[in-house]
Amino acid sequence: MPTDFSFPDAAAKAAGANLPKEFEPEKMSLSMGPSHPSTHGVLRIQFELDGEMVTKADPIVGYLHRGDEKIAENMTYNQFVPYTDRLDYLAPLANNAIYAHAVEQLAGLKVPDRLNAIRVVTSEMARVSAHLMGLGAYGIDVGAWSVFMYCFEEREKLYRLFEKLTGARFTTSYSRVGGVSRDLPAGWLEEVDAFCKQFLPILEEILGLLSRNKIFLDRTVDIGVISRADAIAYGLSGPNLRGSGVPNDLRKDRPYWGYEQYQFDVPVGAKGDCYDRYLCRGEEMKQSISIIQQCVAKFPGGDWYARDARRIFAPPKDKILTSMEELINNFMIVTEGPQMPAGEVYFEGEAPKGLLGFYIVSKGGGVPYRMKIRSPSFCNLSILSKLCVGNLVSDVVSILGSLDFVMGECDR
Amino acid sequence: MTTDVDIATAVSQQFPSVTPRASLDCPAFNVPAADAIPVLQHLRDARGYDFLMDVTAIDWSAEQSPRFTVVWHLYSSAKHAYVRLAANCASDQDPVMPTATGLWPGAGWHERETYDMFGIKFTGHPDLRRILMWDAYPYFPLRKEFPLAGLPTALSDADITEETKTGVISAPMVGGPFVATPGEPMSDAEPRAKDEEWSEQRPKD
Repeated sequence: MPTDFSFPDAAAKAAGANLPKEFEPEKMSLSMGPSHPSTHGVLRIQFELDGEMVTKADPIVGYLHRGDEKIAENMTYNQFVPYTDRLDYLAPLANNAIYAHAVEQLAGLKVPDRLNAIRVVTSEMARVSAHLMGLGAYGIDVGAWSVFMYCFEEREKLYRLFEKLTGARFTTSYSRVGGVSRDLPAGWLEEVDAFCKQFLPILEEILGLLSRNKIFLDRTVDIGVISRADAIAYGLSGPNLRGSGVPNDLRKDRPYWGYEQYQFDVPVGAKGDCYDRYLCRGEEMKQSISIIQQCVAKFPGGDWYARDARRIFAPPKDKILTSMEELINNFMIVTEGPQMPAGEVYFEGEAPKGLLGFYIVSKGGGVPYRMKIRSPSFCNLSILSKLCVGNLVSDVVSILGSLDFVMGECDR
Repeated sequence: MTTDVDIATAVSQQFPSVTPRASLDCPAFNVPAADAIPVLQHLRDARGYDFLMDVTAIDWSAEQSPRFTVVWHLYSSAKHAYVRLAANCASDQDPVMPTATGLWPGAGWHERETYDMFGIKFTGHPDLRRILMWDAYPYFPLRKEFPLAGLPTALSDADITEETKTGVISAPMVGGPFVATPGEPMSDAEPRAKDEEWSEQRPKD
């Protein structure tokens, strides 16, 4: 006669059914954020927990909402450039340039090679700086403090270079529609090259602190697995998408700014767990450095702004001060804004966090009628309510760090 | 840059109601709201547009009818091409649009944002709450009649309102943002703070 193993369980259930209501096991509700060190900004997640296990997660965003799209409808195209700094404030150089390219597409403006090269170099430097920040913060999240110190030392060197180039360390506002605010200072490219040379061995050292680290592996391998299908269905982009094995990179697929001239690889993950996303970021930094070195080696000369863009790009200062025509032109650009044709464009560029897109609806004139900012962090976070369920709370910290989001961009 | 040149004829053969839409870059279509989801599904399943990049809306202002247009951007990872789809909402007072969450779960947050900013209800959405503004917020900020400075409202938490006796005030505009108003007389078009009353014709007191 087979033994009835269900008996003890059934007895426990029966006993449980008779328990008074106050003794019934209940789910705990926990609010993580909006000011929690592991939420990297003002993200809040409302959890429902069964013990330490997440059974439901509801990300609550919008604490940093500033109405950038409303502001964009009320000012000229040039005036909006500083606002794009404050989207992903860890990579303003990349945001500026993608915004400027979207407006140039609307205007049908071709820009000179030197400007494209400047944009490639600065965007890739911004990518390295943003990934260093993400990597350092991720180290802290999972308990590796020294990684943070190494990363910030390197990031500081990049910020020195940014300061030399733009006059600002953080919110640089460097790109303009049809140009940049100033040409590269003398000797700057050599300094960038010197940085790249000394950075590669240090990067190996930083990654060496984590890649075979038992604690780090325990915290990241097989945690927060995003399947290929899910990554596509949720519209993920950047390293989070490529970590799941989808080799999408607009720099390769739809090259802009002359990315087709540079040799680089698109790293992809195999499993889509936190560790794969970390590996992708690490490798992306190496590829970015390689792009910068190739670009610096054959840096084109010539104009650094589109000369034929008389109604878009303000004339050089010495022309304004000496020529009546140019003074009038400058006045018109400042007051009326750069004159754009009516129409719609959508341009996405590969920002450090993923695909940053600008959808501009113009009715003509100097002000966009509607501007939608497609922010990668917003899309990357939308998968959280699915990704967190079934994980421990401590693993959620690891998952958040691996998604590497910026709330300024998510909330706009 | 690759563009999918055949997509226009291919889609309009399948769906006669689809018309081309003016666009400066990728192929774009206008669809009736009722056909939006079948067309999106066709583009995803038969044409390889596997990524829903973005869902948003345009408010053509209260004087226009149809007032609201919902816009989808799709990307094909195989063809490396974009396509834009736009559908007008039938009602100007109570705009609705069928949801795309059944095709892409990622549409959920985009549609919540569009609802939050424009008040367009996506029918069939599993969780249509506000996302950037708080739940009790009474306005739709990206509608054209909503002022740049914002409108005073009650705070999200009634307890705090009771204690502080304040609400959310509109943003102080004196001192910025300095924005030009193109298309107006030159003296009014100069960059100045939005609510400054004075200009050359109306000097400051």
